[in-house]
Formats: sequence, C-alpha cells, structure tokens
Amino acid sequence: MHELGIMANVLDIALEYAEQNDVKKILAVNMEIGELSDIVPKIAQDFFGFIARGTIAENASLNIVKIPARLRCRDCGEEDDLDTDHPSYICFECGSKSLELISGREYRIASIEVE
Amino acid sequence: MDPVRIIEVKRNVLANNDKKAAQIRENLKKERTFLLNLMSSPGSGKTSLILRTIEHLRNEFQIGVLEADIDSAVDAERIQSIGIPAVQLRTGGMCHLDASMTETGLKELGLAGLDLIIVENVGNLVCPAEFDTGAVRNVMILSVPEGDDKPLKYPLMFSTTDVLLVNKIDYLPFSDFDLNAMKERVYGLNPDIKIFEVSAKTGQGIEAWADWLRQEIIAWGA
Repeated sequence: MHELGIMANVLDIALEYAEQNDVKKILAVNMEIGELSDIVPKIAQDFFGFIARGTIAENASLNIVKIPARLRCRDCGEEDDLDTDHPSYICFECGSKSLELISGREYRIASIEVE
Repeated sequence: MDPVRIIEVKRNVLANNDKKAAQIRENLKKERTFLLNLMSSPGSGKTSLILRTIEHLRNEFQIGVLEADIDSAVDAERIQSIGIPAVQLRTGGMCHLDASMTETGLKELGLAGLDLIIVENVGNLVCPAEFDTGAVRNVMILSVPEGDDKPLKYPLMFSTTDVLLVNKIDYLPFSDFDLNAMKERVYGLNPDIKIFEVSAKTGQGIEAWADWLRQEIIAWGA
C-alpha cells in the first residue's frame, strides 16, 4: 500500500511541468511502471483522482503502461522478458544461470497531456 | 478550445526519495555512523537477529536501533530492555520505510556517538526493495521455513540486497529446503551477494556475520 505516497509525487511532478509550460489544464498523466513494481493501477488511479481535486489536474486520467521485467544473460548477452507467472532464471540461449535484471523496476512519468 | 499538447516528462517518480537517501548517507558519512537496513518477511526472525548481532558487537561499538512497524511498539521495547537506544517508527499502514521516515527516526535517535544504527524495515519482501532508506548496506533475511523458492517470487529484493542471512538454519535437517538450489537462484540474480547461514536461536553462524559487519562499520568510519 504505497500508492498514495507515489501518487503525491506524481501530482507534484505533473504540476511542476504544467507550470513551466504555461498549461491551463492537465488532461492526462501517462506513466510507465515496471512489472515488478507493486502498484495496483485501480488504487493508484483512485488516489490520484482524490488528491488532484482542486488543482489543474482535477479529472485528469492516469494512464499506466506496464514495462515488462527483462533479463540479460551475463554470459552470452541474450535478453528476454521474464515470465512472472512462471519465473525461471535460466538463459534459454546458453543455459547460464547468471542473469541481470535490466528492466521492470520503473516508476516513470512519461508525459502529460495538456491544454 | 485550445489544442491538446503532449509534454514529455520522462522523470523517475522516486527521484525525490533517492535524493533524500543520498543526503542521509552523506550525513552519516560525516558522523561516521553506519546505517544497516534489514529487510525480510514477517516472522523470519529480524528482531531476534538484531538482538544476537548487538550481543556480539556491543562491546566494540555504540549501537542504536530504528524499529519500523505498521502500528506497535513491541519490537522497540524488546531492544530497549537490553539497554540499547531504540526508536519505534509507526509507518501507519505503509508497507515500507522511505528516506524521509528514516530521516525522522534518525533525528529522534540522534547520530552523535553512534557507530551503528540498525533499521528494522517493515516485514515485507516487496515494497522495501523499491525505496532507498539512505542505508549504507542492505541486508535481508530468508528463514528456512519460508522455503527455497522465495528468490523466484521476489527477484527484486534478492537483486538489490548486499547480504542474505539464511536464518533458522537449525531447522534445515527437519525441512525439505534445498540450500544449494536456493543459493544458485540467488547468485544467478546477484553474483556479488554475500550469504551467511545463521541461527539467531542457537547462535550458529552469527560470528561470521558479525565479522563481516564489523569490517564494514570500520571501513565506513575510516
């Protein structure tokens, strides 16, 4: 349950960019969130809607794109998405068990849609 | 009506936390205080392990403890009862500690004169892995009864920690926990990790863990 803290940061950043760009209204906030990050989109959206009241982001939609968890083999360099339902940490190319997590932890605001 | 524009942001939402954590570490370095962030599932033996660690190092170092819990002061009272300063941080429903909560706890405890502060994070293998607390080193506990498949389920935690303490190792003969399979999974995700097999109950393996921690504290304060 850390959606509220995260959403407070999201709102701050969105408002900061809006102010710098002379924006009247924020229509949407587009986020990229890693698959291994434990954000529940519905809860995040509800919190965002709640804290955005009374700001220029009131009624803005919060769009979340999940970034897959991706592993890179330290031995052969092969990259592959992690199947989080049936996680296996063996390189399918060379059989190595030494794999590095290269994505899946993101908590990014990609863009804001404004008018 | 004004046209809709798209403004590129590309900013990490946790950047504020990361910045605060870096400030905490800078301040700790100045005060020569080593901050250890201890993470695990509930019931893995965090508080017992802290008590054992204190027993081994209290003659050499001034130690303090920050206890994070959703809502109780039970753990801090256990630490205080052996004469070690402890502050209870009630996270109020939050599943993890972040840098600003750590900062609040450190202010209350006071860094001056303390060589080692152990932070007992909220019992949870997911969220604490995502938030830098400002600690110098991150340590996690996996206890034998939890099972050897935990690295498959919580890869982030095992990837971000510096040390893995395999606690309740005295249960090993009574369980089907496959120590080698677990280690292979963990080293695959995190080749630099240090693994210590310990029992907070019997004291087995605590010496080796305490030796590692001693060296880290001395190196940080040097």
